[in-house]
Amino acid sequence: MSILVVMEQRAVSGPPAWNRMSWETLAAGQQLAGELRQPVSAAILGQGVDNLAAELTNQKLDHVFVVAHDLLKDYTPDTYSAAVRQLVEHTGAQLVIFPHTYQVRDFLPKLATALGRVAVSDVVAHRVEDGRLVLVRQLFQGKLNVDVRFAGDPPYFASLQAGAYRADRVEPGSAALETFTPQLSPSRIKPLELFREAARAVDLTAAEIIVSVGRGIKEADNIPIVQKLADALGAELAASRPICDAGWLPMERQVGSSGQTVAPKMYLAVGISGAIQHLVGMKGSKTIVAINKDSNAPIFEVADYGIVGDLFQVVPALVEEVQKAKQ
Amino acid sequence: MKTVVCIKQVPARDSQFRVAPSGAWIQDADLAFEINEPDAYALEEGLQLKEKHGGEVVVLCAGPARAAQAIREALAKGADRAIHIQEEDLGAFDPLGAARLLAAALAPEKPDLVLTGLQSDDLGYGQTGVILAELLGLPHATIIMQVEKQDGSVRVKRELEDGWFQHVEMPLPALLTIQSGINKLRYATLMGIKKAKSKEIRTVTAADLGAAAAAPSIQLSRLYVPGRSKQTQLFEGPPKEVAAKLVEKLKFEARVI
Repeated sequence: MSILVVMEQRAVSGPPAWNRMSWETLAAGQQLAGELRQPVSAAILGQGVDNLAAELTNQKLDHVFVVAHDLLKDYTPDTYSAAVRQLVEHTGAQLVIFPHTYQVRDFLPKLATALGRVAVSDVVAHRVEDGRLVLVRQLFQGKLNVDVRFAGDPPYFASLQAGAYRADRVEPGSAALETFTPQLSPSRIKPLELFREAARAVDLTAAEIIVSVGRGIKEADNIPIVQKLADALGAELAASRPICDAGWLPMERQVGSSGQTVAPKMYLAVGISGAIQHLVGMKGSKTIVAINKDSNAPIFEVADYGIVGDLFQVVPALVEEVQKAKQ
Repeated sequence: MKTVVCIKQVPARDSQFRVAPSGAWIQDADLAFEINEPDAYALEEGLQLKEKHGGEVVVLCAGPARAAQAIREALAKGADRAIHIQEEDLGAFDPLGAARLLAAALAPEKPDLVLTGLQSDDLGYGQTGVILAELLGLPHATIIMQVEKQDGSVRVKRELEDGWFQHVEMPLPALLTIQSGINKLRYATLMGIKKAKSKEIRTVTAADLGAAAAAPSIQLSRLYVPGRSKQTQLFEGPPKEVAAKLVEKLKFEARVI
């Protein structure tokens, strides 16, 4: 089952640069190749990506494919899915893996559908059983896991969750470089400018302690309950996405994949279940504390300390104890 | 403008999940269900576009008989009519099979715009919208935070990682997958609930659509509770007691207070 890793680059400001998640996928590709005793190659799409391709030729890979075309300079799902489809047909790759980025989410299902396949998206782990690959995904926002197997004929497609594999495990070596030119027609979709919203007034990354609040707080009027805890600890107040979506706290206080990524000395999650989109933004924190009524909440998987209980009773008690401890 | 919004009914977010004895799915007999949250935002966006530009909002939902409750809620919020693809066992369909069902019901409607949520809270593949676009031959964009209809085209704001966004333009008809938080959800009014009772819900089956479940290309073999990656010290008991225990740990063990 020859393996192909599709790397991702983007040119936000300046020349194309890696999306670092690609290197986690590359490490996974090498690991799978070892376990399945199959060759692994990597591909990079775009224009002006020679420097990035050269970096790939110094890794333990069979081939590095540079998929170059004027129409690949700016990403569109039409051109990217057509280009990868042609590369898969050209190489005969049987297992094609991607980092589970926003861009991959935009074109991988289209590519798989065009080939009559279903991609296994957002994979967190794998095993090889009797020479067959078993992929692990999360269900119900991370509350359960499920083993998934491919059925039918290859090619098989999968995307890997951020942080599921370690980029520092990539093995160096050398690889042959090959340029592949796909046949493309212009996309119906016109990509326009990339931009960021107004500068952030709150820099959560500078906070030593963060108290973060999630859906468990139930309504906007209850926010002062956790604000009191933040005040007692001298912490910044942050939130998970739903709280900012609802306008209960400003967007600039959002922690997670679409908000800020933080790693304070202590991160105290109150009423946050711990969907992966939130976890990727805070799991690097030194000490993680979680308060949640559901002992199976995924937040407890990354927590050092946890209280299973009703936050409306636990948080006021905690404020009192913190104040006592600080006297 | 005619918009079709695809919605899914999923177990309520705060459900306690138990794996069924077969290991193949959860025990869902006694669970509460709701409209998948990103789909609720997609519906709201459809309703707001109708208020601005006129036209019709059609709700499309594949699911068992109980999904009729989600459809009635969507009609009460203001959708004009609905199509219910009634299938008791959607688990027999992989994401491509499920999208084929939706595509078969959607194609004759010839909508200007198709909206879906960006992913479901249950399976979470995040693929149905994009697969549907490919099956229907429509241009698409995902994780959308703003929709602006123009003459024969649509200009949207895509969310990217790390606080970045991108504007993208495409001709209509098109398909968009909507991100939670794009708008403010409305509640159904009493008047809306009353009106919904006389709105059309057309019920069809996979067989009617000629899109019965084919051999799936991926198989879910076993569900289980994930193991912990960290040694978590968990405290349970009277609030005052557990709060004191935690503060002691934070002060003397973690040394963060």
